[in-house]
Amino acid sequence: MTALLEVRQASKTYTSGGLFGRHVVRAVAGVDFSLTSERPEVFTIIGESGSGKSTLARMILNSVPPSGGSILFRGRDLATIRSRRDRLAFMGEVQPVFQNPFEAFNPLKRLDRYLYLAARRFCGARTRADVEGLADAALRKVGLSLAEVRGRFPHEMSGGQLQRVAIARALVPEPALVVADEPVSMIDASLRMTIVNMFRTLRDTFGVSIIYITHDLATAYYISDRLIIMEKGEVVESGPARAVLDAPSHPYSIKLLQAVLPVGNAWRDEMPAEPRSQPAA
Amino acid sequence: MSLAPDVHPGPGSSAGSAAATAPLLEVSGLKAYYQMRFFGISREVRAVDDVTFTIRRNEIYGLAGESSSGKSTLIKTIARAIRPPLNVVGGTVVFTFEDGRQDIYAMSPAQVAAIRWSRLSYVTQGSMNVLNPVRRIRSTFVDFAARHLGGSRRDFLAAVESHLARLSLDPRVLDAYPHELSGGMRQRLTIALATICRPEFIIADEPTTALDVVVQKGVLAMLREVQQEMGSSILFVTHDMAVHANLTDRLGIMYAGRLVEEGPTREVFQRPLHPYTAHLIASLPRLGDDMRKTGLPGAPPSLADPPTGCRFHPRCPSAVGLCREASPPMEELEPGHRVACHVAKAHAEGRRLS
Amino acid sequence: MQGFAVFRDLIRYNFEFAAGLVLVGIVVLMALLSFVSPYPPLDVYVVAPDAPPSWDFIFGTSSRGQDVFWQLTVAIRNTLSFGITVAVLSRIISLVVGLLAGYKGGWVDRVLMSINDTFIVIPFFPILILFYFIMRDAMSWTSLALITAALGWAYDARLIRAMAMSLRTREFTSQAYFSGASTRQILVQDHLPFVLPILFSTTMNNINWSIGIEVTLSVLGFTDINTPTIGGMIYWANQHAALVSGVWWWVAFPIALVIMLFVGLFLLAISMNEYIDPRSRLARMGGGA
Repeated sequence: MTALLEVRQASKTYTSGGLFGRHVVRAVAGVDFSLTSERPEVFTIIGESGSGKSTLARMILNSVPPSGGSILFRGRDLATIRSRRDRLAFMGEVQPVFQNPFEAFNPLKRLDRYLYLAARRFCGARTRADVEGLADAALRKVGLSLAEVRGRFPHEMSGGQLQRVAIARALVPEPALVVADEPVSMIDASLRMTIVNMFRTLRDTFGVSIIYITHDLATAYYISDRLIIMEKGEVVESGPARAVLDAPSHPYSIKLLQAVLPVGNAWRDEMPAEPRSQPAA
Repeated sequence: MSLAPDVHPGPGSSAGSAAATAPLLEVSGLKAYYQMRFFGISREVRAVDDVTFTIRRNEIYGLAGESSSGKSTLIKTIARAIRPPLNVVGGTVVFTFEDGRQDIYAMSPAQVAAIRWSRLSYVTQGSMNVLNPVRRIRSTFVDFAARHLGGSRRDFLAAVESHLARLSLDPRVLDAYPHELSGGMRQRLTIALATICRPEFIIADEPTTALDVVVQKGVLAMLREVQQEMGSSILFVTHDMAVHANLTDRLGIMYAGRLVEEGPTREVFQRPLHPYTAHLIASLPRLGDDMRKTGLPGAPPSLADPPTGCRFHPRCPSAVGLCREASPPMEELEPGHRVACHVAKAHAEGRRLS
Repeated sequence: MQGFAVFRDLIRYNFEFAAGLVLVGIVVLMALLSFVSPYPPLDVYVVAPDAPPSWDFIFGTSSRGQDVFWQLTVAIRNTLSFGITVAVLSRIISLVVGLLAGYKGGWVDRVLMSINDTFIVIPFFPILILFYFIMRDAMSWTSLALITAALGWAYDARLIRAMAMSLRTREFTSQAYFSGASTRQILVQDHLPFVLPILFSTTMNNINWSIGIEVTLSVLGFTDINTPTIGGMIYWANQHAALVSGVWWWVAFPIALVIMLFVGLFLLAISMNEYIDPRSRLARMGGGA
């Protein structure tokens, strides 16, 4: 039983500066976790800006090589993936979803082009009918259809729809793992839950494991199975999602949870006469 | 304007006491459209379409809305910070500062410049927009505020330092450059900069959206303290409903260029009357809450070609025929609680619509 | 048809474009007229020499007994073809080098930019003269075009590289990459449309530059002066001391025509630039705002 993904003491340091004074930035230090291939799950990485979560995502996607440690996918070290064929094979299994849906597609090109590209490259589809069929199937997984997307430009669709198309595009090669880096933070609140629910569906119905990277604890609580909390490149706490968020132990996790602004809970209890209370220092 | 920090003019304590009971800002029927022409194609985007509301003294008014709701355009219009192709095509924006009522669009540019920063200030999302990256913080303060506060430079800087101290900011940051400070610190400085002249009205446009959760809490706390101490009013714009719930006194919801609901924050959250607001609040995920949440179907409409009648009707679960034909006016269905919805109005009057 | 509508819009709404089109149009018309020239272009003393402009000879005749008007048509055709050839060839090199260096980064970038910077630093004018002295009569127009193209790509390649570097960081590039697009596909389909405005205006500049080189070299006699070109005409005019002997029309009309070409191309470049710019394209399509 090989694990799907193993991150073993992965670290990434950036050095800048020349001869006189080097400046070393440790973006990621000693991160260690693994995803099993037995059962798909939503694995969440929580961190603020500067925590190293995006760098870690890029290392898992093999866009950036680790400075130390190693990352294995299905038992194979990512550093050994060099030839174009190997890289394509890897991309067919691990796909990203990015933060900004408005930048995700070339504004001068039509959206369906990316779907067709992926269908041709990863699924070996040759005829137009095959290519369109695969694109349509992927779009249906996210609640859209090719008829709605065909020939459209990115500016014609909302952020939520664009992000769904991006997810559909990532699903075309039928990957085993989707790495989603802040996928809903730039999407309107009314459309956000549609996409968050979709990640659940991907896990339950289509058997795709998801690495969900976010700073929003509420959505993390909503869909995660396991999670890790990162601060300044290191993992400070990890474990089953609900357990960690209901009862955090590390001081940083506690600070994070206290900083979350309550909604609705505030109104359930009786409000103090002064509607704005002084916060803890 | 007094420099001494202990004596500050509270609302109504100065000469214009009649002005003290009048609302600070009255927006009536405001319409601001982008009117563009290129190569023979003309487009009109109705970013703000007939918005009416008032803001009282000493209150924090929140404006919520999603992308393309028009809220950013609305506050830029209120601050008279717009340029063609964005034009005001109707309505008025009337401020009642200590020296009387004035329509900001009836003032000369010189008068507008005079009230900027001293009576009306603006906090933006990107603090780097305000803080000059190649000059020290001290210079930025001098550039913006010295003109309004007057006095010698030494007195001015002393006032700045005491202002910072009051806001629990280390005065040593004055010597720093913006890039040496963290994002949260920069945003706090921007707020300090915007409040040093003790303006009566502060517009804050998503000031904490780009900040981390922990930092956001500190910045919001600071904003709250500043407001309480100065007695100013704040028009706080953000799409983050949690921030509204914890900061604002009254809340206005914008959708597709129109104001659709307005009322005391707690009431809007506990008993939202407009279907959009209701859905928005119900769909917010919360820590400790296990219930399944759903997103709204469809997408916010294009402001260049909005739906007829009520702009929300294509996505509204309660829409009826009337909603497609006539745009509902904002009506006060409960004390202090206004809604623009045919169905909500009918329900309040005990009728049923079909 | 969409292309035609674009053209019509530009003419109607953009004065610079219309003006540029008119100027370049005149020049191109002249060039095309060369094909119906009644006199073989290389022949001399076919008409009475030194005749001032009149109804018989619109631009007068030269001291070599050639009709200036018809000579000019052939000259402008040759000069224009030279300019266009050089521009096209050097654009191709600029694009390939710039896009590749910007996208790939790393050692590819370093190697290409080292070559690039070497070419920027080379003083092209002395080198061209040097080539002339080495090759003398073997220097045909084709070889001159090739050499000039090889010298004229470096500056613009850096410009394109800068754009390519910023495009690489945009998310849609990653999207294309993870969709399995090859480097060639990403560069041509995703990046090229953004690079086009710069490419277009550098093409216009390059045409002007290479024509300038041709005129300069020809005036100095460093080219095959038997083929009529604008510079060639001025060369012969100087040889016959045209200005001194009062045969001003031999010099004035070629210069006027080439200036008309320069100005026309410039106007076209700046007006088309605004139109092709992705931001204004987006705004017209309905995005942005």
